[in-house]
Amino acid sequence: MVPTSHYLFLSAALFTIGVIGVLTRRNLIVVLMSIELIFNAVNINLIAFARQLASVDGHVFAIFVITDAAAEAAVGLGILIAFFRNRETINADEIDLLKW
Amino acid sequence: MTFYQASFYFFAAVAVASALLVVTRRNPVHSAISLIVTLLSVAGLYLQLQAEFLAAVQIILYIGGVMVLFLFVILLVRLEVTVRQEPFNRQLWIAGFAALVLLAELGVAFYLARGGFSLPAAPPTALQPNTELIGRTLYQNYLLPFEIASLLLLVAMMGAVIMAKQR
Repeated sequence: MVPTSHYLFLSAALFTIGVIGVLTRRNLIVVLMSIELIFNAVNINLIAFARQLASVDGHVFAIFVITDAAAEAAVGLGILIAFFRNRETINADEIDLLKW
Repeated sequence: MTFYQASFYFFAAVAVASALLVVTRRNPVHSAISLIVTLLSVAGLYLQLQAEFLAAVQIILYIGGVMVLFLFVILLVRLEVTVRQEPFNRQLWIAGFAALVLLAELGVAFYLARGGFSLPAAPPTALQPNTELIGRTLYQNYLLPFEIASLLLLVAMMGAVIMAKQR
């Protein structure tokens, strides 16, 4: 058997990679993909603990996380398309309309 | 090393390696393909953890739905400009350092608390039949969150359509 802590370490690694992507990439599409990585890290945690506690509640929470990920992707990509239409760029550091 | 352990380490290695490719590739299409590989190996981990329903949801909804959405948006924005630009912003090193500090913190916390995470000998049938149990729990204990999630999806769909609409 693989102990639950191994799943937690894997999820921490995926989470950190996602954070690095969110903080360092300029392309907003890749930033959104990194957010999906973070969601997946959370889901691995939830399901590993569901296995450990022999309870299906973690699976239900993971379904809600997947729902939120789908909603976030739809809205985020909609914003991205609207922004690209206006400014012809999707680089995160060129989106500074609200920055003084 | 049993087959279970070997498959865990295989899926974990593939997931981490392709996640690294997601954040380092210059071309967003390559990032999307790598993300699909990551999602597939995470689905394999779900199968290991007796979450068959979620493995199917991961493949159908994430890879079949969300990632196709990503690829469509990559088609809509101009790629040839992006590919020639610098992929990382100016805060690369300080952000990478902060993320590594975060990883170290998480690792130390998990390492200190590892006694609480040892997988007990839960009956292997505790999560079976998986889909039926999830359905019962979802509609009996989590009915209100389920309805709120459906409302959230409706609002997100309307928001996406309104924002992406041609003016």
